[in-house]
Amino acid sequence: MEQDVLIKVEGVSKKFCRDLKTSLRYGMADVRDEVLGRPRTMDLRPKEFWAVSDIGFELRRGECLGLIGHNGAGKTTLLKVLNGLIKPDTGRIEIHGQVGALIALGAGFNPILTARENIYINASVLGLSKKLVDERIDEIIAFAEIEEFIDMPVQHFSSGMSVRLGFAVAAILIEPDILFLDEVLAVGDINFMIKCLNRVRELMRTSAVVFVSHNMPLITSFCTRVIVMDHGHSVMDTEEIGVAVNHYFGLAKNSVQISGTGEASVLDLRLAANGVAVESETPTIQQGQELTATLRVKIGEGQTAEINVTISDASLTGLLNIPVKNERGEGIELGPGEHEVQVPLGLLELNAGLYTFMVGIRHSATNVTLCRHQGLQPFRVHADRVHWTSFVRTSVSKVLEPKGAKVQ
Amino acid sequence: MHVTVYTPASALRDPWLMLRSMFADLRASGELAWSLARRDIKAQYRQSLFGYVWAFIMPLSTTVAWVYLNSSGIVKVTNTGMPYAIYALTGTLLWQMFTEALNSPLAQLNGAKNLLAKLSFPREALILSGIIKWWFNVGIKLLIIIPALFLLGGAPDWHMVLVPLILVAILLIGTAIGLFIAPVGLLYTDVGRMIPVVLQFAMYVTPVVFAMPASGFAAVLFRINFMTPVIVNGRAWLVGSGGSMHTELALICGAALVLLFLSWLLFRTTMSVLIERMSA
Repeated sequence: MEQDVLIKVEGVSKKFCRDLKTSLRYGMADVRDEVLGRPRTMDLRPKEFWAVSDIGFELRRGECLGLIGHNGAGKTTLLKVLNGLIKPDTGRIEIHGQVGALIALGAGFNPILTARENIYINASVLGLSKKLVDERIDEIIAFAEIEEFIDMPVQHFSSGMSVRLGFAVAAILIEPDILFLDEVLAVGDINFMIKCLNRVRELMRTSAVVFVSHNMPLITSFCTRVIVMDHGHSVMDTEEIGVAVNHYFGLAKNSVQISGTGEASVLDLRLAANGVAVESETPTIQQGQELTATLRVKIGEGQTAEINVTISDASLTGLLNIPVKNERGEGIELGPGEHEVQVPLGLLELNAGLYTFMVGIRHSATNVTLCRHQGLQPFRVHADRVHWTSFVRTSVSKVLEPKGAKVQ
Repeated sequence: MHVTVYTPASALRDPWLMLRSMFADLRASGELAWSLARRDIKAQYRQSLFGYVWAFIMPLSTTVAWVYLNSSGIVKVTNTGMPYAIYALTGTLLWQMFTEALNSPLAQLNGAKNLLAKLSFPREALILSGIIKWWFNVGIKLLIIIPALFLLGGAPDWHMVLVPLILVAILLIGTAIGLFIAPVGLLYTDVGRMIPVVLQFAMYVTPVVFAMPASGFAAVLFRINFMTPVIVNGRAWLVGSGGSMHTELALICGAALVLLFLSWLLFRTTMSVLIERMSA
């Protein structure tokens, strides 16, 4: 239904300036144009760039749009334009109904004042009345779990406590038609986080949500649609969340780092999924396939070496170690020269995401690292759902016959 | 359901809509303004032993200084038509009220940069909360100044009921100018640095601590200075006389009202441009 569309965005762009002094000068020029009622210049002035470029979408009640992209992709800027904080340079935005934002939690808090006083201040900054707070303050205090500290100055709160308080004020009081979320869900400890997520899910049922996050498990579990942004542009707009997340991982820059004595080197690492070679710079491999790596290495004169393979995640944290062994479980010793080694990696049970290989070659007797290649052959794992853990194994489970209990 | 539209076009393109939203926002910002003003006043004095006593210290020390100078006979300025201590005390306090009103809009906006960049709320609330804090400070000054006038040998009379008028005039002029320079002041800190320099100079061409010169170049400066009628009448009404330059005072207030409205328009139209520059 047409009247259900709560947010309508058409061709919205926003430019920013790289240089502060120039930015201030342009600011003065924009002030002048605003006052004279002149249209803004469409062209980029020197040192300007499009922070948000030609974004358009419609969002209905009950839908959740995820905005993903790397830092500087323009997500937060777009959210600011949607929230009316800054004006678009082109395009048009139509907002139907009450807007609520879980952004800048605890806005207006004064550290000297007590938590109770700050609840009222924070609420009034969010545009909520004192009467409403009076009615629901017990609920806020209970949600934030700060009962015994309610009359303590906020400056003595731990950072977790003040974040909890900030979230509770906003999340309990707002009843928005449109909800903006910017990276605020990952607050507090895990118990509180689950509480936050549940509350946001409640709010989502009755509102249209725009959700900015780098947390892919949250994106896949909340969003009905995702826009992937890169350098201000929408590079993908889809309801297939898994595909969008996979695209997002593909935007990451990868670089290989090499260390060690240099008396050995990895010439090449190729992947095969279910026996089929994958040929692409950052291939996408379906979760659950059988993965094989084929290494070409060169060992220097007078060396005998052993190889170790590690799969690392996007932050280069090692996840899975695969020592290269023969069928007897002994390390394979390689002499000088070029070798090709096939390493079966087993079933791909990694969570959806971006991964790289780390290959280390060390001297078999002295353990001296001859070479260590980090960030080799990045690959993406595709799945519809991103989980919180590093590994995902689909189980085939069965319900056992209950003893003494009634079968339903 | 309420519909909001954001486009690149200047809000001035639709003056009627703009006026309506200006007054709607002004009404909507009352509660927030009170809340912010209470927060700032409470927080200002809570972390101290004497608390609100400090609010009285500044005007009190000024007063005590002038009472002392008067009684010890150190200052003898006679052509003011009243004891010089009264002349200087009333002048100083009225001038302080003016500078506070003028500084308030920019200070309020600068202090709330973080909120402005992140949240959407009626921006008028910040200006209003500055005005509330101004009245709070003015109230305290009056509590000090009025008993002090008797102490210094003044004879305040029924003219005192006119004093609120002069307070409104001071607030009006100060806020109008302060709000007018605030947008540029948010972009360039130069404005904030210029204000005290200009105000200091302005004080010497206003009958604050010096008497009006009767002739010469200085007399011209005093005459064309729009703050002269304000200070002259404010002082006169405080000490129990009718004052002078009433027409000028009325004209200045009218002009200030117009400027205030224009400044408000400027503030409204430029706020989003400024927020963009301060968060960029």
